[in-house]
Amino acid sequence: MKGKIKFVQGNEACVEAAMYAGLDFFAGYPITPSTEIAEHLSYRLPQQGGKFLQMEDEIASMCAIIGASLTGHKVMTATSGPGFSLMQEALGYAVMAEIPAVIVNVQRGGPSTGNPTHVSQGDVNQARWGTHGDHAIITLTASSHQDLFDITVDAFNLAETYRTPVILLLDEVIGHMREKLVIPEDGEIPLVKRLRTSLKEGVDYHPYFPREDGRIPMSDFGGVHRYNVTGLYHDMWGFPSDNPRLVHDLIRHLVDKIQNDRHIITRCNQYHLDDARTILIAYGSAARSAHHVVETSRREGQRVGLLELKTLWPFPSGLIREKCAKARTIIVVEMNMGQVLAGVKQAVDNPESVFLANRIDGVLIKPVDITRIMRLIQGRGV
Amino acid sequence: MERSRLVFTGSGGQGVIPAAILVAEAAVLHENLNAVQSQVYGPAARGGAARSDVIIADSKIYYPKVTEPNLLVCLTQEAYNKYSSIIRPGGLLLTDTKYVKTERRVSANQVELPIYETVLKKIGKPIVFNICMLGVIIGLTEIVQTESIMKVLGSKFPPALQDINRKALELGIELCIDARPNQPFT
Repeated sequence: MKGKIKFVQGNEACVEAAMYAGLDFFAGYPITPSTEIAEHLSYRLPQQGGKFLQMEDEIASMCAIIGASLTGHKVMTATSGPGFSLMQEALGYAVMAEIPAVIVNVQRGGPSTGNPTHVSQGDVNQARWGTHGDHAIITLTASSHQDLFDITVDAFNLAETYRTPVILLLDEVIGHMREKLVIPEDGEIPLVKRLRTSLKEGVDYHPYFPREDGRIPMSDFGGVHRYNVTGLYHDMWGFPSDNPRLVHDLIRHLVDKIQNDRHIITRCNQYHLDDARTILIAYGSAARSAHHVVETSRREGQRVGLLELKTLWPFPSGLIREKCAKARTIIVVEMNMGQVLAGVKQAVDNPESVFLANRIDGVLIKPVDITRIMRLIQGRGV
Repeated sequence: MERSRLVFTGSGGQGVIPAAILVAEAAVLHENLNAVQSQVYGPAARGGAARSDVIIADSKIYYPKVTEPNLLVCLTQEAYNKYSSIIRPGGLLLTDTKYVKTERRVSANQVELPIYETVLKKIGKPIVFNICMLGVIIGLTEIVQTESIMKVLGSKFPPALQDINRKALELGIELCIDARPNQPFT
């Protein structure tokens, strides 16, 4: 890959990728450990003709990006756990009204204000079920700056493709550490443009009337078409409705448009899986420690592999079942009490073969933490 | 190359974290190496013990933190007391004589130099203390080229500061000519 080489924090890699993807509106309320995203965008966006807004809180930030997205902009906000909690109501609105947006949550320890400057992966389930009601959501993550760049561009593309908010679930270690990033040339990663209606001014536009392929073209709000947007169940004109058939169809649509395409949305990295008897499943910064263990164990002749998840929601059950089919032992490495563990246990044929290697004390799980747990499981003692 | 694991410690405001970023950035941008830099975030931004970890290697770096540094820099007594025990046996421990009185013997090459006082005497501006410390490290370990550091400095600061930065780097390299450990840096 050709391109400009930089040595940056993960938060800055996220900013560079968002700019690459065409971000032109950001509203946010800076919070550790995501602050550098707002900091860098506060000068990167105006340089490129975009808008940066520092809002009074995270509720307003989320509402502002929803509004800006409706008017045709590519939008993002960035926060951490406490702010992500505040965003949940408006996040549900974006799901219901089908508004593309990217929400970055650089995780810290929680609940509440928790452990602001330390690492955690405790918001995996919040990303899935933080907002109420049946719905589907896309949540992506990464463990290296190059992957973070790609997955951020992906987040914008998926948001447009599926008309949905996409959550980028990072963590403090990835956000703050610095490493090499190669910024791809323009055009190297394809970008998905907003699907806009071809209907001209004066022609009735139905904001929720799908094309034959199921996608629903948008019209820039405040432009040539007048239409209604609501968080209530709505008809193709966007007006509230409690018609049971319509309510049923809309909830099915919101869930199916993402769940049915989970094979397209699922992204992962695979290392030494082919003959692996023990498979580590990890994501985010914990995947770096797991990868360290895998490479070291391989040098010692152990058949250990790593399945690194980059899509957390929709949960990649099919991928996990397929890749772990021949493994004797599966160890989920994460920095929470087992939020991905639960999904892995459901996905595989033999849940008894699935173990948790975790740390929940704000310290990045060390390779030696994982090795000790591996040895215990293998009956070899620490 | 052997993987280098560096830990820079001192007090918030001494510039240990910018120094760590400089050396890692020089390795990545100008020496075609891989590097990862991380730091302990906390209320230590001003005062208190600041710490930054750097790994430099020609292979991939997965786990980004340093557990046993083969180069440890301690620029305050507090940092020395807290961190000197983590050094890898046979590693290199660099301290500044103005701030640190070494007490315990660790199984490492201990280099104690009057970096701060030399900067004050020869340059007169303590702001380049950390750059001079980097010069010492380059002199001791040749971990990156002087010119790679100069290029990074040139990209971050106005041209007017290049002279004083170069002076500080070279002063550091001179300072350690007699202090070079007999064993090679690994």
